[in-house]
Amino acid sequence: MEENLMKTCLHDRHVKQGALMSPFGGFDMPIQYVGIAEEHNAVRHEVGVFDVSHMGEVRVKGPDAYKYVSHIFVNDVTGAPDGQIFYGMMCYENGGTVDDLLVYKVNDQEYFLVINAANIVKDVAWIMKNAEGFNVEITDESPKYGEVAVQGPKAEETVEKVLGLPVKDIAFYNFKTFDVDGEEIIVSRTGYTGEDGFEIYGSHDYIRKVWDLLMEAGVQACGLGCRDTLRFEVGLPLYGDELSADITPIEASLSMFVKLDKPEFIGKEALAKQKAEGVKHRIVGIELEGNAIPRHGYPVEADGKVIGEVTTGYRSISTGKSVAMAMVDKPYDKLGTPVEIRIRKKTFPGKVVKKRFYDKNYKK
Amino acid sequence: MSKIVEELRYADSHEWVRLEGDIATVGITDYAQHALGDIVYVDMPEVGDEVTAGEDFGAVESVKAASDLISPVSGEVVEVNEALEDEPGLINQDAFGAWIMKVRVADTAEIDALLDAAAYAKICEE
Repeated sequence: MEENLMKTCLHDRHVKQGALMSPFGGFDMPIQYVGIAEEHNAVRHEVGVFDVSHMGEVRVKGPDAYKYVSHIFVNDVTGAPDGQIFYGMMCYENGGTVDDLLVYKVNDQEYFLVINAANIVKDVAWIMKNAEGFNVEITDESPKYGEVAVQGPKAEETVEKVLGLPVKDIAFYNFKTFDVDGEEIIVSRTGYTGEDGFEIYGSHDYIRKVWDLLMEAGVQACGLGCRDTLRFEVGLPLYGDELSADITPIEASLSMFVKLDKPEFIGKEALAKQKAEGVKHRIVGIELEGNAIPRHGYPVEADGKVIGEVTTGYRSISTGKSVAMAMVDKPYDKLGTPVEIRIRKKTFPGKVVKKRFYDKNYKK
Repeated sequence: MSKIVEELRYADSHEWVRLEGDIATVGITDYAQHALGDIVYVDMPEVGDEVTAGEDFGAVESVKAASDLISPVSGEVVEVNEALEDEPGLINQDAFGAWIMKVRVADTAEIDALLDAAAYAKICEE
């Protein structure tokens, strides 16, 4: 099994720096360098850098690019200025989620899609299959790109000073390309932490250079362990936990990204029906009293029966509270509803809360 | 390199035991705390609970995951280390000092079935 794991262009750096390595999405990835809490706090209060080269990149180019992206993507890119980025999902006809992704608008005839590592093969097949009849050229550029995410309140200062990239004018959810020694670098003001920050895409050589410069400057290397605790605290979903082929964006409480007023997109009919009729269950936040920690898969109970399941749970590093995202049946999804989570042999009381456990600090 | 204390007995599930009279003090080893990383919660039994050798009696949790605690002995819990409720990280600082529970063992011969320091050291090397 392990010999089949792929390596990012920074793999040798992680091993040399003594990171704890573990498989994720088909890659041998760093989980932590010095400790999840320490890395988490570096991003919340200073700055940290993640190797996210495992993410997939797909370029869609051609006269029908706008029409095609509109067809496969639940969010609406209509009328956006070049350089804008959209978060959203690709869905199956039945509304289940193929993946959640970022769509970078280069221009009306060119879009850059950033997809989850674990889903690259499935997504590319889906994207290709549904391109039939559209005049577009689709390229899986995943092997070509390395990517790092520089995140935290000091991200802008760090990227400007250490990497020499003029990024302060890039607005939230926008990107720019830069020519660095004849190579096109993509920098976007995006991330997965709830903090200000940038994601930088370039060749393997460039990304290695970037990593080394950031390390020399003393920026904290961060693993996927704190990437998960950071995204969780601000209520961002992880495909496989809060989204899947069996969980629609409506059920994931992400309807705000599903633009049902668009003329058409794959899954629209099913999602519109679900929105109109209401869902049977949906993702909510739960805050527990006390210190016991809810984990993925633990049962949620109310009125003496199981009414749901934890999708992600932690002792929040930033707030110290035991909190979870969970898929719960209606009508137990209402804010303030008392519920219990079964943790091993006991149940622990809590209540339904907003799934944003910590306020985002985006620079808009 | 993890620390191993010579005079203690060990379970292959990485708990240590110190027997004094019929009272067994139980904790997790330095090797275990190192493998877990920062411990943020210890789910302990209650005084008066019966524990059984080979069965779980609680859990230690890092940020990332929960690991079951397996009791190396059978008997009644007579004391738990309440200091761990507020400071679970004590286990990271001193795994052999930060005990988890004390058990009045029904049959002290049970201890003989556990590993000695040399045998446990071998397991950690594997």
